[in-house]
Order: sequence, then structure tokens, then C-alpha cells
Amino acid sequence: MAHAETISLFDGAIIRRAALDSIAKLNPITLMRNPVIFFTEVISALTSFVAAEDALKHQPYGFPLVIAIWLWLTVLFATFAEAVAEGRGRARAESLKRARSETMAKLLIDPRDRVIFKPTPAPDLRQGDIVLVEAGDIIPSDGEVIEGVASVNESAVTGESAPVVREAGGDRSAVTGGTHLVSDWLVVRITADAGSTFLDRMIALVEGAERRKTPNEIALNILLAGLTLIFLIAVVTLVGFGHYAGTSFSIPVLAALLVCLIPTTIGGLLSAIGIAGMDRLVRFNVVATSGRAVEAAGDVDALLLDKTGTITFGNRMASGFYPASGVAERDLAEACALASLGDDTPEGRSILALARERYSIAPQRPEGAAIIPFSANTRMSGVDFAGHSYRKGAVDSVLASLGTQADAVFSEAVARIGRAGSTPLAVAANGRVLGLIELKDIVKPGIKERFSALRSMGIRTVMVTGDNRVTAAAIAAEAGVDDYIAEATPQNKLDYIRKVQGEGRLVAMCGDGTNDAPALAQADVGVAMQTGTQAAREAGNMVDLDSDPTKLIEIVEIGKQLLITRGALTTFSIANDISKYFAILPAIFVTTYPQLAALNVMQLRTPESAILSAVIFNALIIVALVPLALRGVKFRPIGAAALLKRNLLVYGLGGIVAPFAGIKLIDMALGAFNIFS
Amino acid sequence: MTTQGLLYIALVFALVLGAALPLGRYIAAIFEGRVRFLRPVELGFYRLAGVDETRQMTWQAYAVALLLLSLIHFLLLYAILRLQYYLPFNPQHIAGMSPRLAFNTAASFTTNTNWQAYVPEGQISNGAQMLGLAVHMFLSAAAGIAAAAAVMRAFTASALKSLGNFYVDLTRITLYLLLPISLIAAVLLVVAGCPQSFAPFISAHTLQGGSQTIAIGPAALQEAIKELGTNGGGFFNANSGHPFENPNAWTNLLENWLLLVIGFALPIAFGHMVKDKAQGRALMAAMAIILALGCVGAYAAEATGNPLHIAAGVAQSGGNWEGKEVRFGIPASTTFNVSATGTSTGAVDSFTDSYTPLGGAVPLFLMQLGEVSPGGVGSGFYTVIVFALFSVFVAGLMVGRTPEYLGKKVQEKEIKLAMLGVLILTLFILAGAGFSLVTASGVGSLANAGPHGLTEMLYAWTSATENNGSAFAGISADTPLLDYGLGAAMLFGRFAFMIPVLAIAGSLAAKPKLPESAGTFPTTGPLFIGLLIGVIIILGGLQFMPADTLGPLAEHFLLHAGKTF
Repeated sequence: MAHAETISLFDGAIIRRAALDSIAKLNPITLMRNPVIFFTEVISALTSFVAAEDALKHQPYGFPLVIAIWLWLTVLFATFAEAVAEGRGRARAESLKRARSETMAKLLIDPRDRVIFKPTPAPDLRQGDIVLVEAGDIIPSDGEVIEGVASVNESAVTGESAPVVREAGGDRSAVTGGTHLVSDWLVVRITADAGSTFLDRMIALVEGAERRKTPNEIALNILLAGLTLIFLIAVVTLVGFGHYAGTSFSIPVLAALLVCLIPTTIGGLLSAIGIAGMDRLVRFNVVATSGRAVEAAGDVDALLLDKTGTITFGNRMASGFYPASGVAERDLAEACALASLGDDTPEGRSILALARERYSIAPQRPEGAAIIPFSANTRMSGVDFAGHSYRKGAVDSVLASLGTQADAVFSEAVARIGRAGSTPLAVAANGRVLGLIELKDIVKPGIKERFSALRSMGIRTVMVTGDNRVTAAAIAAEAGVDDYIAEATPQNKLDYIRKVQGEGRLVAMCGDGTNDAPALAQADVGVAMQTGTQAAREAGNMVDLDSDPTKLIEIVEIGKQLLITRGALTTFSIANDISKYFAILPAIFVTTYPQLAALNVMQLRTPESAILSAVIFNALIIVALVPLALRGVKFRPIGAAALLKRNLLVYGLGGIVAPFAGIKLIDMALGAFNIFS
Repeated sequence: MTTQGLLYIALVFALVLGAALPLGRYIAAIFEGRVRFLRPVELGFYRLAGVDETRQMTWQAYAVALLLLSLIHFLLLYAILRLQYYLPFNPQHIAGMSPRLAFNTAASFTTNTNWQAYVPEGQISNGAQMLGLAVHMFLSAAAGIAAAAAVMRAFTASALKSLGNFYVDLTRITLYLLLPISLIAAVLLVVAGCPQSFAPFISAHTLQGGSQTIAIGPAALQEAIKELGTNGGGFFNANSGHPFENPNAWTNLLENWLLLVIGFALPIAFGHMVKDKAQGRALMAAMAIILALGCVGAYAAEATGNPLHIAAGVAQSGGNWEGKEVRFGIPASTTFNVSATGTSTGAVDSFTDSYTPLGGAVPLFLMQLGEVSPGGVGSGFYTVIVFALFSVFVAGLMVGRTPEYLGKKVQEKEIKLAMLGVLILTLFILAGAGFSLVTASGVGSLANAGPHGLTEMLYAWTSATENNGSAFAGISADTPLLDYGLGAAMLFGRFAFMIPVLAIAGSLAAKPKLPESAGTFPTTGPLFIGLLIGVIIILGGLQFMPADTLGPLAEHFLLHAGKTF
């Protein structure tokens, strides 16, 4: 997969580019989006002026200068964190951009006439234009196939190099700009203006250029800005208290105290966390149309999962032989195997496999055998040879073809298989019913455990299937889902979503067809398949490039991981404050009240060293946490209470304790170099 | 510390928490309109005031009604205080208050603060005490509880448009909660020796042949509501240290119980309202743990005593007795004062000013935390809700969902309003005290120099802003700077916090109530209680640490180094 390749956390090229970008990001106008770091920049500038003034006045300026440098580094580390996160996204975007190279489109003047076209640059195409795409051409923009069938290589977008079929009508009619036609031709109606195609949006999203703050991020920013103001009040008023106590504080000292207290750690990492969350999704080959959708994924309470392909393998497999009375099971198995000889479907192969496995029956195809293929009319298949005739097929079809009625025992067996959620096939040889084969929808191994993990996170799973109620109930029980929608239609899916949302729950689903569009739009998280129709892709708020419906579960986990990372670093950042008081307060008050040295529990060497150590810790912790912000805190499906306990211990208690050790170590390191001793 | 002393603290907690459980259930019944034993009287009031009992109010209407009532009563009280010379029940012919003192006092009693810049015996008549002050003690307490009721309703269901009817809440709370308990308590206090009289002050001839004027008045009822409504404004200057306010150890225990019981009952009422009793108990537990730490901490500091006395060999047994009544002893005194600052009562039965620096720091810090242990009646509850919202907002993300409290999403609007409230409190306390200490007038009000003086000023602004009302005695509060400044601090501390909180309630009420699941952030149990306490200390207390370090902490270390002020 083209962009599923792993980009190492600290790729050299990305780091070099990010180092440059982080300086450009110091521009106060753009930095204003991040109130805490913007404020830190203002303080840094102020401290620099003080240092410069001291230097010009030939006063000792070493301490103000060092503080100013480390305050600037704090700002720089924060912008660097954002730049690295963006850089990783940009690396992915590069491969996408290559696909968006200048293309000439064949604009049809008359859609019915494929001969006369006007070569037009792709950027000039407008919505509603009709273009012709022929083998070897690059599809100029997003569109809907209105005529033709062709195979398209979509690897530019999906990373999957095997071509897919695109055709007019049905659920495979959407084509994406930037992909190229391998065979045949298509007439395509353009559905997106230049610059707003799927590829353009993807590039913008992974680059983080159009990133808008999500609702939770905005609220968190308000909290951080509020905390900044609170500590500003605390530090500014300290001038008054100090004045009364007969002491005055220098600006660098107050600046150091203030910057250490305000939540610079989370303030510096917040946008990197958001970008990285989006990036994790992209790496997973899922594109979200907004960060809001990723947040919503973490909040989802109910998952609507398609049975076929997600919960079960999607093809039924033979799981048992049920002979009619007076028939040996081995004879039945042999007849089944013979009747399936010409059946190349997975079902047919599974019957042969079962016969081989149970009775070591592996019949060769007899000479001169006539294969009767399955047809929708007869609903039977089989083989005739040497006067023998073997048939297998739908129970009623087989019985009808033989002109017989089923006896009570046989009917009961048919009903029992149906109740178990399986499909019975009748098998006849030479005009006589020999028995039944059970074809079972095999539930994927491990899926039940997965659902129970989801349940412990408070997420209900709902199986959606076109099967009848009896079959659906049986598979639902086997897979361990909480609920199911049998005989699903687009309408009853929509109704179900509305009902669940009415109870105040958030719903996620995936779908691909045009008739899924209303439900995709209604769901809080709607994941459309890349192979789906344009309507479905427009209605959902995420697109899965691999068209793999099982991913819904991982999408929820990625959403949760994003929120957990944000919460963990916020908690850590705020908990850090306690240690900084113990470092800085004794240091700044000790000249007035030497007895307050008793509060210097870390035994930091000198006041200057104590203050500087706290400032250095405060700056370095941002860099130290960049990998965690980018990688995300590991998500464990262990239930909210256990998760909280764990994270609170690690990031809450850890946030209180870690800086004590960190500041002490930095102080010792400074001492080793005789700095401020 | 003695086992007996610790047992006393345990006894107070057992009596209060034991009573809070049934009382909380009863209060929920009052809020839900299920208490009706004085229904005819209740209806009479509605008819008299033209209140439509069935009218439901939005948060805006509720806030306007509350503000309007407070404004009218503020003006009325101001007028009474200015004109008391001409009003009845003024046997001592006490003159009217000065404009600035009347402003300060009116602000103080309207906001449930009961900061007393005046000397009761000399500057306020019995009539003004009863008609002006005691009435406000009921009203301001009922208004606070009503606001709490409005906040509680926000969490009860989905898509609520209304928070209840303020006038109905006010009437029911006064009629069914405050009046009955106060009346019973007043009778008990009278039995124990509190005066309840309209007679002039008594002139007594002492054994030494001199004469002494003994102030009396309708003190018992005022004492009861003073504690029950977490008001704290003493009938006498010595407050609950005065034998007529607090005759003996039993009344001391009763008063201690009164001032805590509603504060602890409200979270229980909340649990009943939201039909999840564990939620209420979790909030109550957090409040109780903070208060218990304060009680034991202050007792430990006082029981240890003054290191200088110990060094000089003149220490009294049992610890630091300075400023304490021998009638009550050290544990009962510290427990009372800590309870009165853990609530926004501000009553005292001993003098915090005379405590050891750390003993005095406990009441100061409990106020700075935002009055949540359990805080003023009503206000303590809604403040703790604000901290609960902060807790789920900060840590709630760690379970992988956007934050919600009791099924209500906590979003931008709520955080903005909650932050606004906390900012206003911080601003008034720190900017007020910091500014006063650089002015000559402010420094002139202080009775002591050094860190002790700083604590006096910081304590005054904290007490006013947090609507506590207790003082680090010694400060001369009747100056233009402090009368107007602290008056403003009381008004802003009350209403500029309460209105954002009502707005939060309005916003939350309108949201859908999401059902609880295994993925929901648990807001009960030890983990949440610990988190809530941590958030209260970090978000509510940390910003005061620099100032506190220069005040009580510096004094503590200086005292141990042999330096006093």
C-alpha cells in the first residue's frame, strides 16, 4: 500500500524540515491560534528585552539571558512538535500529489457522441461536465460513470494495485480523480470542481493545512487559556505581596515562575496530538472529512456491522451431512462429493473438503461426465455420467424435480438446520433423496472476544443482515452481538439508527451503496467504502480506502486513543505544577525569609539554579513527550473504570512525581558544570 | 493531640453525616414539591406576592428573579442601617451607619457573607439586627439553596427548558427547611441560656463596685439561623465565643452541627434528584474528606502549641490556648472554626488570629479552595459541581470519550463559564489583597507587621470574595478602601460566580441526557472522589500558594526560628 508504509517517528528529512518550520511558526500572528504558547512567546520577548537592557547597562545579564533562551526554546519546542506532526502528514501527501499531476481531460461536447471531444486541462473542469476516459488515461476529476465498463487502477489513492471494475449504474459507479484506466473506456460526469476533489481534500487533511480545531479542542483551549490567566493573576499580584514583604522580584524570575505554572506542555502538544490522530487514521487507509468525526468515533455507543465479511467470512461452508433414513452417512457424503465435482464455488469446494476430511472421499471426475451447472431457475447443480444422475440444490427445488414429498423426519431435519442459522441443501442420486448437507455461515474466529471487549467499553454491536429473522438470531447468538437487524433494508437501517439516537446514543456504521446514503448521513460516524458510490462517499464522514467494513472497530479505537492521549497529557501537564512550586517559590522568597529554605525539599543548590532547572524541565518535557503525542497512548479495551485508574496513576500521579526527579537531575547536571553554583 | 480530641472530631462528623442522609432525602422532597404540611401558608404567600406557582423559569428568568430579589433586599437593608436611629427596637439609641459601612454591611448580608466591619453592640440596633440582618440570614441562605436546586434539576432529564420557579423554591426552602430547624434550635439555645429579648441592655453592678453594661437582645433565633444558613454574623462582636451566643460545650456542638448539616445534605439531595444516590454520596465524601483533613490539621497545629512557649518552658498543657475559650477546649474550638470556614459561615468560637500560623492557614486555605467543604448552603454545592465538571473535563478524556457528567456533555460553553467564575474569585482575592498591601490605607488597617499582617489582609479579601465572613481578627476593616473594596468583592464573589453557574445549568439542562454504559467515566467511587479532591486543590488552591507562602508559611518557619510579629 502506497501510503501505509510506516514513517519512522523521527525520520531525518522530516525532522530537518520541521526544524525550519518550527522557526517560521514563531510568527506571532499564526501562533495566536494557540493561546498558551503565544503567551509564552510574549513573556519570552519581554525577558529578552530585560536581558538586553541589562547587557547594555553593563549589569550582570547572565541569568536573564539564560532564562530568556530557555523560554524561547519552550516556544520553539512547541512549534517543533506541531511541525513534526505536520511533516509526517506531508510525507503522505506527497505520494498523493504525484497522482494529481496535470492531466488533459477529453471534454465531450455531446455526451452521446464519443468521437468529438475538446482537450481541456483538468483544473478547468466544472461540476456536470461530461468527459471521456480511455485505456491509459488518468481520470481527470471525481465523477460518476454514466456509460461503459472498465477496470481502473486506484493505487494512487488506495495503495491497492489490483485494478477494480467501474461501471455505470449500481454501486460501483464512482471514480476518483488521479486514478487511471487500465482497460476499456468510460464516460464520466464530473461531480467535483477543481480543488475540491477527493484527492484534494485528502491532501489538505493529511497536510493539516485545513485543520480546524475540533469542539473538544476548542473547549480544552479555553480551559488552558483560563488557567494561564489565573496564574498570570497569581504572579502579577505577587509583586504587591512581595512589596509588602520588602522584596522585589526581577522580571526574569517572575517570567520563569509564570511560564512554569501555565500549562505549556499540553498547550505545546495539543495540535500535534490532533494532527497525529488524523494521521493514524490515514495510515490505516481511512480518510475522515473532519477531526470532529474522529472525536465522534471515540464517543460511539453502538456499531452497526454488516454480517457478511465483517462478522462471518461471507461464504457458507459445508459443516455436516444429514442422511435420510436408511442411508449411510458415508454414501451420502460420496453422493455429495460427486454432485459437487463440477461446482467451483467456495461452497462446492467446501463440500468436497468436508467429504475428504471426514471420509477421505476424493472422487476423480469420471470420463464423459456431463456437468450440470447451477442456475437461478433450477437452483440445482449436479453431474450425470454412466447413467447415474447426482443433484444437489435448494431443498424444495430438488424435491420438486423428483416429484416427491418430504417425510416428517426429513422436514424436521430441514427445519432444525434452518433454526441453527444454516442453509440446508438436499442431495439426490438417481431419483432418490439421500439426505441433507448443512451449509454454515462461519463466524470469524476471535470476533466474539472482540465484541465482548467492545461491550466492556460500553459499545453495543448490532449485526445487519439480509437474512431472515431465524438465521440472523442464530448467527447473532454465535457471534455474541448485542442486537441484530434481520431482513435489513435501507429504510429499517435508518429507522434503527434514529431509534438508537433517540435514546441519546451515538451510532457508527459503514455502507457502500447509494441506498445506504441516508443511513450513512444519519449515523454519527458514517464510513463509506471507497468502492462505493459517490452518493455514499458524500454522505459519510469517513471513507475507507480499503473498503473493509471490519475497520469500523479500529476506527472507534483510534478515536478513543486520540481522546485518551489528549486527556493524559492535559492531566500530566497540570499535575506538574506542584513540583514547580517547590522548586521556584523557596528560591524567589529565600532572600526575604531565609527560613523558607525549608520548603526546598529537592535540595536544589542555588536559587538561580533552582529556577533555571524548573524552566529547563518545563521546556524539555515538551520534546520528551512528542513521541507519545504522535504515537498516542495505547488504548486498552478494559472498561472505563479500569482505564481511568490506570491512566490516572500513570499520568496523574506520574505527573506529580516525575518533575521532582527531573528538576533535581537537571540541577545536578548544572552543578556538574558549575553553572549558577 | 489526644485521642479524646480526635474522637470529638469523629463525633461531629458522625452526627453531621448521619443526619445529612435523611435530611438530604427530605430536601429533595422539598425541591420536588412533595413536602406540603404547610400548604395553606405556602399558597397564602403565593397569593400575597402574586406568584404563579406553575410558571416554569428558564435559567435567565431564574437568575433575574434571584438578582432582583437580592437587589431589593440590598437596598432595603441599606436603608434600615442608615435609618436605624429612627426605627423601632433601638433601646440604646444607636445612630445610623455611615454610607460606606452601610454599603459594606448590606452587601455582606445580601451575599450570605456576614462580614462584620461594624461592632454589633455599638453600631447596630436590636431592631436592625432582627428585621434587617436576621431576615437576610434566611433569605440569602434560601436564595443560595434555590440556586443549588436549579443546578440539580439541570441533570435530571434530557432537553429541559426550565430550571424551576425561583419564588416557589425560595418559599418552600424557607418554610419547610430553614424555619422549622431554626425554631427548634432557637428553643434549645434559649434553654441553654441564650437571650431572646427585646429589653434594653442590662446595667449590672460588679463585685468590684463598678458598673457594667451587658448587651442582650433577640439573640437565640439569630444564632440558630446564623449557623444553619452558613451566615456567621454574630449578634455580639465576640460571635460564638460570647457566652450569650454559645453558652456551653453542648450548644457549641449543636451550633457546629447546624452549620454543617445542610451543606452536607445537599449533595445527598442531588443524588435523590438524579435517582443515583451514589453520585450524591461521592460529592459528599469529597467534601467531608477535605473538611476532615482541615479539622485534624488545625487541631494538630494548635495541640502542638507555640514553639517559643515550649522553649521558654511556659507552654500550657494541651497546646496553644491563646484566643480560645476554656469552656470549649482546643479540639472543639479548632473544629468549630474549621467547620465555619469549610462552610461559608465564618462564625468563630475562638480567634483565628491567635492560632499558630499553620493552624490559621487551614481556615484560610479552605476558603481559598472555593468554599466546597461543604461550603455555603447552596453555593458549596454548586461550586463543587463546577469542580466536578472540571474533573470530568480534564481527566474524563482519559477513558476515550468526550467528557460528560451524569450523561450531560461538558463542552466549550460550560468550560468558558466555569473558568469565568473561578477567574473572578481569584482576581478579587489576589488583586484585592495585593493592591491593598501596597497602599498606605491598606497597610494602616493591619494590626500586625510581617507575614502575620499579610495573612490578615489576604484573609480579609479571601473571606469576602468567598462569602465566608470570618476575619483574621485584628484588621481594622471600617476604612473606605476595605468597606468599598470588600463590599464589591462580596457582591462579585457571590453573583459573578452564581450567574455563570446558572448559565451552565441552563446549558446542561437543554442537552440530551446520555445513558450510562460501561464506557462512561465513573463519577462515583474512591477513584473519582480522589480525583475531585485533587482537582479542587490544584485548580482551586494552587494559584494562592505564592501568596500563602509569604503569609502563614513564612510566619510558621520564622516562628520556629524564633521571630515573631
